[in-house]
Amino acid sequence: MSKVKTIAEMKAEGKSPEVFFWVGCAGSFDARAQRVTKALVKILDSVGIDYAILGSEESCTGDPARRAGNEFVFQMTALQNIETLNMYEVKKMITACPHCFNTIKNDYPALGGNYEIQHHTQFINALIAEGKLKIDGGGFEGKKITYHDSCYLGRVNDEYIAPRKVMEALDIDLIELKRSKKNGLCCGAGGAQMFKEDEPGNTRINEKRMDEIIATGADIVAANCPFCITMLGDGAKAKESDVMVYDISELIVQSNNL
Amino acid sequence: MIQQLIFAVLTIVAGWFAFSNFFKIRRNILLGRELEENEEASGNWKNVFLIAFGQKKMFKRFVPAVLHLFIYVAFLFTQIELIEIFIDGITGKHRIFASALSPFYGFLISFIEILSVLAFVATVIFLWRRNLLKVPRLVKSEMNGWPTLDGNLILIGEILLLLGIFTMNGTDVLLQKLDPSHFPSTGNLAVSSFLGPFLFDGLDVGTLKILERTGWWLHFITILGFLNYLPFSKHLHIFLAFPNVYYSKEQRGAMENMPQIMNEVKSMMGLIEEETPMTEELPEFGAKDVNGLSWKNILEAYTCTECGRCTSACPANITGKKLSPRKVMMDVRDRAEEVGKELDKGVALEEIIKDTSLFDRITEEELFACTACNACVEECPVMINPLDVILQMRRYKILTEAGGPSEWLPMFTSIENSGSVWQVSDARDAWTKE
Repeated sequence: MSKVKTIAEMKAEGKSPEVFFWVGCAGSFDARAQRVTKALVKILDSVGIDYAILGSEESCTGDPARRAGNEFVFQMTALQNIETLNMYEVKKMITACPHCFNTIKNDYPALGGNYEIQHHTQFINALIAEGKLKIDGGGFEGKKITYHDSCYLGRVNDEYIAPRKVMEALDIDLIELKRSKKNGLCCGAGGAQMFKEDEPGNTRINEKRMDEIIATGADIVAANCPFCITMLGDGAKAKESDVMVYDISELIVQSNNL
Repeated sequence: MIQQLIFAVLTIVAGWFAFSNFFKIRRNILLGRELEENEEASGNWKNVFLIAFGQKKMFKRFVPAVLHLFIYVAFLFTQIELIEIFIDGITGKHRIFASALSPFYGFLISFIEILSVLAFVATVIFLWRRNLLKVPRLVKSEMNGWPTLDGNLILIGEILLLLGIFTMNGTDVLLQKLDPSHFPSTGNLAVSSFLGPFLFDGLDVGTLKILERTGWWLHFITILGFLNYLPFSKHLHIFLAFPNVYYSKEQRGAMENMPQIMNEVKSMMGLIEEETPMTEELPEFGAKDVNGLSWKNILEAYTCTECGRCTSACPANITGKKLSPRKVMMDVRDRAEEVGKELDKGVALEEIIKDTSLFDRITEEELFACTACNACVEECPVMINPLDVILQMRRYKILTEAGGPSEWLPMFTSIENSGSVWQVSDARDAWTKE
């Protein structure tokens, strides 16, 4: 991994990044999600794109606060972010978190934040389509791989194709889950559930989803969201299953030996 | 002459009752607040055509969609016969379209008859699905009591309508031969030309005429009955699905902005000049009752036909939690009805909402089980958004009552103080230095 520059550092050099990488809380602090962040950085490096992060000037987008019902906290953090982003004249952004993606795309405009944001699977898919990112392919022969649609990339923002196209480029023969695309089952983390215990019930949602994944006979479940990855990982542990949970960007790093 | 008089009086009385009850529903819907700027939909005729009229979203579940389509299309086309019944009722002219639409009339009525048979089959299957097969989403706990009876009553009403139509048409076929001066020829009818002679052959003209009128009245009175039943029933969706879809937003990702809070935070941050006027009372944020929800939310509650697709797709409900998005919508309607009834008694709204609220029906356990995954929103065939109600009620709990799950407090404090959802000592870009 080459040196990751903040936008402040880049501006100081008198340069502007081609694309701005919104890392998010999970991508910055969570050990598992950091691996996804680094995978994405490796991909960006491999195609030689000038990118920058906000670094310490980035704050939580406010998604969990807003969906928990705490509009005050949401407005505080969101307005702060918008101030910062506008100060640096950020236009084009990518992120590996569908919750950050959704909040910036759909919640921020009403607060005065208008950006062009792509989820990393959309960005990677475009890189492949433009021929900028060459996929070596292979490495997944004989592996059974399924895909878990995150709610905020899929059902909320209607993106089912880009992640599947990337996996197609990886020569993955995808086994679809019974509940997929529009009918995908939540991992249980959304609506700020990530930060609390499940309400009383029969099972945890992530374990239910892991049951469905195990039922496909898959060795690997591909995901696109740091919270899904945590939830499904915990689900696999609870079910004592060997199913591996990877972000799509990690599959590219594996395949291309980045 | 006497028949015409009874017909006219009955129509006017039934019409008036229905009208006054529909008007009350309109009032109850308008108990809701105005829409905020980013809640408004521009009005979508395309969706009215595709989703309401065209049943597009119903077809996510094919079998019930086809069965429902039979009943729906039969209902639409039967209106042609209803118009005839109406003209007959007022003028005494029997089957006015028989001569007016002469060559096509038999074809038209045959078409309605075939649809009616299909609708009959669908109705029987629906009764079976509800009462014997017990399709899980149709027998969940919120369906106990009135909602289950309501569902069955509608299906029985539909059978009565069909019984009326076929008695009327079947006897008519025979009467055309026996009394052609009053019973104009309809041509061959797909069902009644066989069913009529099979059931009624050998009866004399007098009996046949009585049976024909019985079928005729049965159909018409059931229609008037339905009209007056609708305001109390989940079946209201046959009308409200259309305006509801028209006013529905397709965009899912954004939550309604709260300008009041935004401006306060902006002035706190020094982004705008403080101009918030001092108020005596503490402001109320989010929704505690129907008047805190938008009129669109209440319209949705009245539109809900309790099919339970939302609940059957809800991850919380699937894993045994108390939350059921359908119940949330049913609770909103029940509460709007309750408030409406109190208003009818002359009680002031402030009095009604003082000691009771929507929270008497919807518990925190339900609200805080939601993952905001939008599965319920995706499922609804008529574009109802239960999530919107849940999130507004969460806002009330958190913002106005400072309540909600205590596990969330560290997350809120952490975002507020350190800009991260977790309280961590590392710098945000520490990962870049490894």
